[in-house]
Amino acid sequence: MFNITEKKLLASNIKLIKVYAPLISKKNKPGQFVVLRIDESGERIPLTIVDSDPKEGLITLIFQEAGKTTAKLGQLKEGDVIHDILGPLGNPSEIKTYGQVVIIGGGVGTAVAYPEAKALKTVGNRVITIIGARNKDLLILEDEMKTLSDEFYITTDDGSKGHHGFVTDVLKKLIEEKRKIDLVVAIGPTVMMRAIAGITRPYNIKTLVSLNPIMIDGTGMCGGCRVTVGNSTKFVCVDGPEFDGHLVDFDQLLTRQRIYLDDEIKALKLYEKDIGEKRGCQA
Amino acid sequence: MSSLTKPKSEFTNPKPSNRQAMPKQPPKERGHNFNEVALGYNIDLAQAEADRCLQCPKPTCREGCPVEIDIPTFIRLVKEGNLDEAIRIIREKNNLPAITGRVCPVENQCESHCVLCKAGKPIAIGALERFVANHDNKKELRKVVVDKNGKVRKIVAVVGSGPASLTVAGDLSKFGYDVTVFEALHEAGGVLLYGIPEFRLPKSIVRDEVEYVKSLGVKIETNVLVGRTVTIDELFSMGFEAIFIGAGAGTPYFLNLPGENLNGVYSANEFLTRTNMMKAYKFPEYDTPIKIGKKVAVIGGGNVAMDSARTALRLGADEVTIIYRRSRDELPARREEVENAEEEGIRFLFLTSPTRFLGNEKGWVKGVECIKMQLGEPDESGRRRPIPVKESEFLIDADVVIIAIGQRPNPLITQATPGLKADSQGILKIDENLKTSRDRVWAGGDITSGEATVINAMGMGKKAAKLIHKFLSENQAHAI
Ligand SMILES: Cc1cc2nc3c(=O)[nH]c(=O)nc-3n(C[C@H](O)[C@H](O)[C@H](O)COP(=O)(O)OP(=O)(O)OC[C@H]3O[C@@H](n4cnc5c(N)ncnc54)[C@H](O)[C@@H]3O)c2cc1C
Ligand SMILES: Cc1cc2nc3c(=O)[nH]c(=O)nc-3n(C[C@H](O)[C@H](O)[C@H](O)COP(=O)(O)OP(=O)(O)OC[C@H]3O[C@@H](n4cnc5c(N)ncnc54)[C@H](O)[C@@H]3O)c2cc1C
Ligand code: SF4
Ligand code: SF4
Ligand code: FES
Repeated sequence: MFNITEKKLLASNIKLIKVYAPLISKKNKPGQFVVLRIDESGERIPLTIVDSDPKEGLITLIFQEAGKTTAKLGQLKEGDVIHDILGPLGNPSEIKTYGQVVIIGGGVGTAVAYPEAKALKTVGNRVITIIGARNKDLLILEDEMKTLSDEFYITTDDGSKGHHGFVTDVLKKLIEEKRKIDLVVAIGPTVMMRAIAGITRPYNIKTLVSLNPIMIDGTGMCGGCRVTVGNSTKFVCVDGPEFDGHLVDFDQLLTRQRIYLDDEIKALKLYEKDIGEKRGCQA
Repeated sequence: MSSLTKPKSEFTNPKPSNRQAMPKQPPKERGHNFNEVALGYNIDLAQAEADRCLQCPKPTCREGCPVEIDIPTFIRLVKEGNLDEAIRIIREKNNLPAITGRVCPVENQCESHCVLCKAGKPIAIGALERFVANHDNKKELRKVVVDKNGKVRKIVAVVGSGPASLTVAGDLSKFGYDVTVFEALHEAGGVLLYGIPEFRLPKSIVRDEVEYVKSLGVKIETNVLVGRTVTIDELFSMGFEAIFIGAGAGTPYFLNLPGENLNGVYSANEFLTRTNMMKAYKFPEYDTPIKIGKKVAVIGGGNVAMDSARTALRLGADEVTIIYRRSRDELPARREEVENAEEEGIRFLFLTSPTRFLGNEKGWVKGVECIKMQLGEPDESGRRRPIPVKESEFLIDADVVIIAIGQRPNPLITQATPGLKADSQGILKIDENLKTSRDRVWAGGDITSGEATVINAMGMGKKAAKLIHKFLSENQAHAI
C-alpha cells in the first residue's frame, strides 16, 4: 500500500512526505500530479509530484496545510498509510530548450515549480528563478532552487529576507532592464499567476501557469475542474494543468475555487476541535 | 396495450392474473432519505408471482435476456421454495444478479418477451431475480465453481471495473484464467458505484457482488489509470496475454452555453459522484462537500437526469425541476423511474431548452433562461426534432443546475495506445468478435456502444469472455 517512508517539516505549515508508490514513481514526469484520499471517509485532493525515485519506488509530495484534508495529511507519521493514490495525472510540462527562462514560485507553488525548473535546466536553458513567500519562515526549497539556477532571487512580503515586496516586482525589473526572456513559468497562488500574466501580456512573453482548481477524480470524469481558457472550457486534470497564462480566465478560476469555502471552514473547525488543536485557517 | 388484450381463457393455465406489485417506500417518506425505494418481495409475494409463470415449453422470455438466464427454471424453483438452487441457476449465467434485478430495463428486455406481455401482465422477472439474489446475499451460499486444475493459466488484463469488465473477469476466471482488473477510481464498480444512486442500487449490494467476482479468483487493482499509470503496451510487456477494455463512457458533455461554468452548475457525473461515491450527503462525517440547492434545475430526460433530480431532492432541495426539450412521450428514461420521480414531486418542464445561465455578483448561478420548443419532423433517431419557438424565452430561478445530457468515452486510453482506433466521439471500433484494431485487445460495454445499459455491457462481457477463451486456447503465448 501507499506507505509514508519519510516526513519533514519545511516551513511552519508546509510539510514534505515521501510515499511508496512504485508504479507512479516509474512513470512520473515534471508537471504531473496525483490525486489522493487519506482514508475511507476522506475527500480526493490533488498534489504535485515534486520528485520521484523509481529505484526505491518513492514519490515526494510537498503540501501546505490549507484545510481539513491537508491538516489530516500533516498529522500522518512515517510508517502510516495513505489509502489511495492515483497518478501520474495531467500532461507533463513541455520541456525543451527555449533559451532564457524565468521560473517563479509563490508560496507552496515553489514545490510545484521545482521539478520543472530542474528539467528545464537539464536540457540547457539558462534559468532565472524568483521565489517568494509572506515571510522568511515560509520560504521552501531555497537551497535546491538556488543550486540549479543561473540567477536567483528571493522576495518576502514583509522584507524579512531578500527583496521586500512581491515576486512580480523582480519580474518587472527584469523586463524593464530589457533582459531577454524566452519563457516565464509562474506557479503559485492564483492571484499571483494572474498578476504575472498581466505583466507579461503587453510584452508578448510566453507565460505558462499551472492551475489548481478543485478536483475529484482527476481523470476527466466529473468536469469539476473546468476553467475557461481562450474561448473554450478545459478540464484542467486532463487538458492541463499547465496553460498559456494569457488565455486563462483567472477570475472564473478564483470564483470556482471558493465554491465550498463555507463547508471547508466548517470541516476544518470540527476537525481542529476533534484533535484538540488550535490552527488558524489559511483561507 | 390493454385494448388488444386477448381473453384470458386463451391461456391454457388458469393462473392468477395479477402481477404482484413491488412494495415501495411511500413517496413522501423516501424523498427525504437515501434508503432503497423498492423494498423487494417477501417469500409470499415472490411465490405468488412465480406461480403465475406458465413454464412455457419455448420460453420466449429468455430471448430478451442478453446473458441468457434460464428464467423459467429459476422461477419454478422459487415457486417450489428451493432458493439455493434458484440462485445457482441464475449465477450460471449472471455474475451480478442483485444488480441486474434492480436496474435492468426489464420492460425492453426479458419482460417484453414474456408471453404474458400480450395481456399486459408479464411476469415480474426482474423483481424475482432481485428476490433470489437478496436471499443469496443473506445466506452467503456462494459456491465457487472454478476448476483450474492442471490447466496452463494465461493471464488476462481487464481495464475498468464496470459491469462489462466484472462479467468478462468473472467468466474468464471460471474458465481457468488468471485475471487482473485495473480500475482508475479508488473502488470497483464503475457507474454502478459512482453513478446510480444508493436509493436505487445500494452500494453495499455493489460491494457484495464485487466480492463475489473476487471470490471467483479475480484480482482487482484500484488506483490504476490505464494510459497514465500503465499503458496497454506496458501491460503486454508485463506478460498479459490478452486485454479487455471496458472503460465505459465517463466524460460528460456540456451544453457550451454562456454561464455554464458559474458556481453551482454541475455535470450529473460530478453531482452523483460527490453524493454516491464520496458520500457528500453525510458531510461533514465524510469530507466531501456538495452544494445543496433550494431550487434545482436538471437539464436532460434520461435515467441520469431522473437520478440527479431525485438525488437533489433527497439532499434537501425545496423544488426540483427537470427541463427537457421534447415531450413526456419521448423521455428516454425508464418509465418506472419517471413515475417514481413524479410521485416524489419532481416538476417537469417539457418542450423547453436552456439558452443561458444567469449568475449573481458573486459568480453563483441564480437562474436559467429557457426557450419553448415545438416538435417538427422526425430526425435520424425517429423521434420528432425539437425546434425553438421564436421569442418564447422565459426565466426560471435556480441556485443549482445539473447538466445531464450524456457522456462519451474518455479519450485517455485511445490517446495513449498507438493503433487503437476510435470514432470522433471516442467510441472504440470493434468487429463482430468484439476485437479492437489492436492485436489481442477486445472491448465492450459503453466504450464501444456509447451510453447503453448494464445488461448490454454484461452481455458483451459474456461474449468477450467466450471469444477471448477461444482465442487463447487456440493461440500460442504472446511473443514478448
Ligand atoms: C494540479 C494541482 C496540483 C496541486 N499541487 C499542490 C502541491 O503540490 N502542494 C500543495 O500544497 N497544494 C497543491 N495543490 C492544491 C491542493 O490540492 C489544495 O491545497 C488542497 O486540495 C486543499 O485541501 P484541504 O481540504 O486541505 O483544504 P480545503 O478545505 O479544501 O481548502 C482550504 C482553503 O484552501 C483553498 N483551496 C482549496 N482548494 C484549493 C486549491 N486547489 N488551490 C488553492 N487553494 C485551494 C480554499 O479556498 C480554502 O480557502 C494542487 C492543486 C492542483 C489542482
Ligand atoms: C446515473 C446513471 C444511471 C443509470 N441507470 C441505469 C439503469 O437504471 N439501468 C441500466 O441498465 N443502465 C443504467 N445506466 C447505464 C449503465 O450504468 C451503463 O451502461 C453501464 O454501467 C456501462 O458499463 P461499462 O462496464 O461499459 O462501464 P462503466 O460502468 O462506465 O465502468 C467503467 C469503469 O472503467 C473505469 N475506467 C475508465 N477509464 C479507465 C482507465 N483509463 N483505466 C482504468 N479504469 C478506467 C471507470 O472509472 C469505471 O469504473 C445508468 C448510467 C448512469 C450514469
Ligand atoms: S439479467 Fe436483466 S434481462 Fe436478464 S433476466 Fe435478469 S432482469 Fe431480465
Ligand atoms: S415467457 Fe413468461 S410465462 Fe413463459 S416461461 Fe417465460 S416468464 Fe414464464
Ligand atoms: S477532476 Fe474531474 S474532470 Fe477533472
